[in-house]
Amino acid sequence: MRPFRYARPNELTDALSLLAEHGSDARVLAGGTDVLVRLRLGHLRPGIVVDVKHIGELRADIVETEGRLRIGARAVMTDIIADLRIRRYFPALVEAAAVVGSVQIRNRATLAGNICNASPAADTAPVLLAHGATVNLIASSGPRHVPLHEFFVGPGRTVLGPSELVESIDLPLASGKTGAAFGRVTRRRGVDLATINLCCLVTESGRVRFGFGAVGPRPFVVEDDLSAVASAEADTGAPAGGSGRASQDAALDRLLAHATPISDVRANRDYRVAMLSVMIRRTLDAATGRLRLMQSGA
Amino acid sequence: MSAIPIALRVNGRGHALDVRPHHTLLEVLRDQIGLTGTKECCSEGECGACTVLLDGRAVTSCLVLAVEAEGADVVTIEGLAAGGRLDRLQQSFIDAGAVQCGFCIPGMIVAAKYLLTTNPHPTVDEIQNGLSGNLCRCGGYSRIIDAVASAARSDR
Repeated sequence: MRPFRYARPNELTDALSLLAEHGSDARVLAGGTDVLVRLRLGHLRPGIVVDVKHIGELRADIVETEGRLRIGARAVMTDIIADLRIRRYFPALVEAAAVVGSVQIRNRATLAGNICNASPAADTAPVLLAHGATVNLIASSGPRHVPLHEFFVGPGRTVLGPSELVESIDLPLASGKTGAAFGRVTRRRGVDLATINLCCLVTESGRVRFGFGAVGPRPFVVEDDLSAVASAEADTGAPAGGSGRASQDAALDRLLAHATPISDVRANRDYRVAMLSVMIRRTLDAATGRLRLMQSGA
Repeated sequence: MSAIPIALRVNGRGHALDVRPHHTLLEVLRDQIGLTGTKECCSEGECGACTVLLDGRAVTSCLVLAVEAEGADVVTIEGLAAGGRLDRLQQSFIDAGAVQCGFCIPGMIVAAKYLLTTNPHPTVDEIQNGLSGNLCRCGGYSRIIDAVASAARSDR
């Protein structure tokens, strides 16, 4: 690894002034599971690394506040997976966080870091997008709150300013009942990046939202009518077919039209589109099942 | 870049060291402290050969800067056989014939130690998941999983 200086501020103001002073020569370090790999490869060549893990204002816990769960910037995947409120209200986030890297990676990797790394294939992004997450940012000029779907700009790029930090991520607790499920396709079961990933969220008011990853330059979210997307079979128990099937296919085409995957080492373009179509149906089934379970009072 | 003084505990013993900011915990454990049981392999958190416990949690020490371990409690493979008595996991790896070339084994055993701490009686599926961050290129997974299952049983 190339040499760099290391700073470990305890105060947010100190961290922000370090970032302001060093600009693009500074690199923020949280869990380090992406940053250290890129430092070793020489993709990052900072003069100074600013470790934000000792900043008291950046919390490592998850708190419930004003109708939402607030996940602190220092919260790691292992703690998110274990949190009972996350497990109850956001099971799809548990499914996504539980397949990030390995046990060892999840013990270090933060959710905020996963978002800031802005990989198009970030596993937690589709779930956070489907749930309408907000990213709370802090800079010397003050805080700002950015909806996650506006946070990602492109591969590895976000709206985060050079002297700005993620303070927390908010997940709104839905007012009505919802069901959500995460899905992904990988080449092998453990320690792999997603070929595609997605999250389906259905609401009892009849809407469906899909967060999609690895099928475009950034993770993104699309919304549609649940009745149009859901198959006749899933809704009524009757075999799918006729006009129900036709309208479902049209809705599926509408969803797939948003996907612009590339061909790379993990899969080619056509395979990604084909699998996306399969995984849309599977996650829709799983999400609908969870919504029913919620509605039956379980 | 000048060295930074850090203090940490490794296998129960306190160490005060000057470390370079760009050196990993793995490098410092091996080259400065002389504990070479922890292995370097992929250097990008994929293989698990460098797994240690950092404040009780399994981490890949190639992805932790040594300066980040300031004040931490680190356990390496050497720390499991405290007082010269093998940990039951080490004994069960021997008994199951789970060791071929042996290079992945220190990381494998430390990862298994963490698994059994968090889940004392895992299913085979849970063992596979718990060790999915550890690669064995000899392909000795069946016996490795047997060894972990056997160690968990011996705890009953």
